[in-house]
Amino acid sequence: MTWEFFVGHLNYWLFTVLMMTGLYIVVAKGNLVKKIVGLNMFQTSVFMLYISVGKVTGGTAPIFPVDMKIDPDVIYSNPLPHVLILTAIVVGVATTALGLALIVRIREEFNTIEEDDIVVIEQKLARDENELYHKAMGDLA
Amino acid sequence: MATETAQHVAMTLTDHLPVLQVLVPFVAAPLVVVLGSRQLAWPVAFISSALAFVVSILLLMQVIDGGTISYHIGGWAPPLGIEYRIDAANAFVLLLVTGISTVVLPYARQSVQADIPDRHHTLFYACYLLCLTGLLGVAATGDAFNVFVFLEISSLSTYVLIAQGSYKDKRALTAAYDYLIMGTIGATFFVIGLGFLYMATGTLNMADIAERIADQGSSRTVRAAFAFIVVGIGLKVAVYPLHTWLPNAYTYAPSAVTSFLAATATKVAIYVMLRFMFSVFQPAFMFEVNTLEYIILPFAVVAMFAASFIAIFQSDFKRMLAYSSVAQIGYILLGIAFLSETGLAAAISHLFNHGITKAALFMGVGALALRTGGSFYDRIAGMGRVMPFTSAAIVIGGLSLIGVPGTAGFVSKWLLVEAALEKGWWPVALLIVASSLLAVIYVWRVIEALYLHKPAYEVTAKEVSLWMLGPIWIMALSCIYFGLATDITLTAARSAAAGLLAGTIGLH
Repeated sequence: MTWEFFVGHLNYWLFTVLMMTGLYIVVAKGNLVKKIVGLNMFQTSVFMLYISVGKVTGGTAPIFPVDMKIDPDVIYSNPLPHVLILTAIVVGVATTALGLALIVRIREEFNTIEEDDIVVIEQKLARDENELYHKAMGDLA
Repeated sequence: MATETAQHVAMTLTDHLPVLQVLVPFVAAPLVVVLGSRQLAWPVAFISSALAFVVSILLLMQVIDGGTISYHIGGWAPPLGIEYRIDAANAFVLLLVTGISTVVLPYARQSVQADIPDRHHTLFYACYLLCLTGLLGVAATGDAFNVFVFLEISSLSTYVLIAQGSYKDKRALTAAYDYLIMGTIGATFFVIGLGFLYMATGTLNMADIAERIADQGSSRTVRAAFAFIVVGIGLKVAVYPLHTWLPNAYTYAPSAVTSFLAATATKVAIYVMLRFMFSVFQPAFMFEVNTLEYIILPFAVVAMFAASFIAIFQSDFKRMLAYSSVAQIGYILLGIAFLSETGLAAAISHLFNHGITKAALFMGVGALALRTGGSFYDRIAGMGRVMPFTSAAIVIGGLSLIGVPGTAGFVSKWLLVEAALEKGWWPVALLIVASSLLAVIYVWRVIEALYLHKPAYEVTAKEVSLWMLGPIWIMALSCIYFGLATDITLTAARSAAAGLLAGTIGLH
């Protein structure tokens, strides 16, 4: 791997690092809010990937002059990935909002936002349900 | 069609059917919110869903012989514009989704009243319609990025719908949260895959991507795209090791939501998987054949057994059905992994048959839970006499789940075994039969609880009203109908399979 290759693909390296960092946080952190933050980083890394794809060497912003006298020599960047990512950003915002709203409700019901505590509460609920079930079925089930 | 550049092209409503399919529920969703009336919410939802159902029947009639309809949104021609492309495969899926939605809604009317506080009803129906819109959009569109957008519309509303179960059991909230995390990771993987595809081909129209990949052959970028898309959609499909969100989500969601989602959401995701595997990527590529044979196939078999085993040991009817869903998804994936026309036809017909079976069963369990206060076997014990009609429908659904001859489940399982033997993979055929025996056990446990046990608690329950019984029996009877009149499903499934396998889905 040459130095040019490394520097030339800097965006993509950063995309990979950011993506893995985000995914790691989602998997490793027990705090529900931190998980959402990780998810956000993960999604943001994809924005970076798309925008890097849209870059054309020497290209300028894809905006035509007001008088519409378009110079054929001017190179423009590809605007399509930007548009796509605009949609993906909206989706990301909606997901974050919904995730945080769910956390608020979870906090109201469980009184905690730590995954470990929630698991303990849920296990207790399941144990109680099963005990009730066994008694009702005459200890045979 | 809309491609013409002339300003006033005389178009009939029929030409606009592909977009109307998505637009009707999409417009109805905000309408429900704007009207803001609890009385009007349900009628609007039902009428729009019924209209969408009519549209999907009209569409299927147009394409069942193997034709395709290409609709250009806003008159912008593909590949630049967004194209809706209807062929036998997705017309079939559209029919399933709208049909289930229309049948579930009358059931939802009562079930939702019991499960969710009154003040949330209008928003509930708005979310339901948005979810329907998303699922229909995913199936109808021929644009890869559009798939992602609709997938997220349906997913986001699904998370909300599942969380509505929190009024009965607070675990619905954590189930919805887990699904949100997993679903978003899946969707993001899917977008990364699309990004790589765009890098490799410079286009987002599925037919166009397929053509360019066919021209330039496989490259590392294309392979990476394939991997990301398969894993991303695999999460939504609930392919065996990626299924962990499903049991909790199905168990704690309101009954109406579970009935709707179990029958449609995973099925639409499977359709997307089919579409990408066969229409976008070429089945001729070695990496795809290898993925199917060495990854999807073993996982499908593991799902068939592991999930069925777990289902046997459940003491909650609803959760048992959720695990059985994971097992049944295994059958569908197995059909895909055979990579033959019979296998694909089996997968597509099982997708449909399992959809109606699970809708009947989940609605049945919802009715039991409504009257007895829970879906644990001790709660529903002895209900065979108290609620004879609901229980009988559950038995029919259970038989179809096992695959007893004369029910819908039998037709597709038979086709699946046939596909396995056609390939000479007789051990796989044996495994299909063996895992069906596991289904006998878990279905028997329910029948035993319903008919052979005495009620464990004092029974004050009575049969549910016709609003709920009607939909349950429509689904139960269609399990029998599609088990006897096999022509309809098999013709459509075979036509869809042939279309999918014909290179770039007979796009030219």
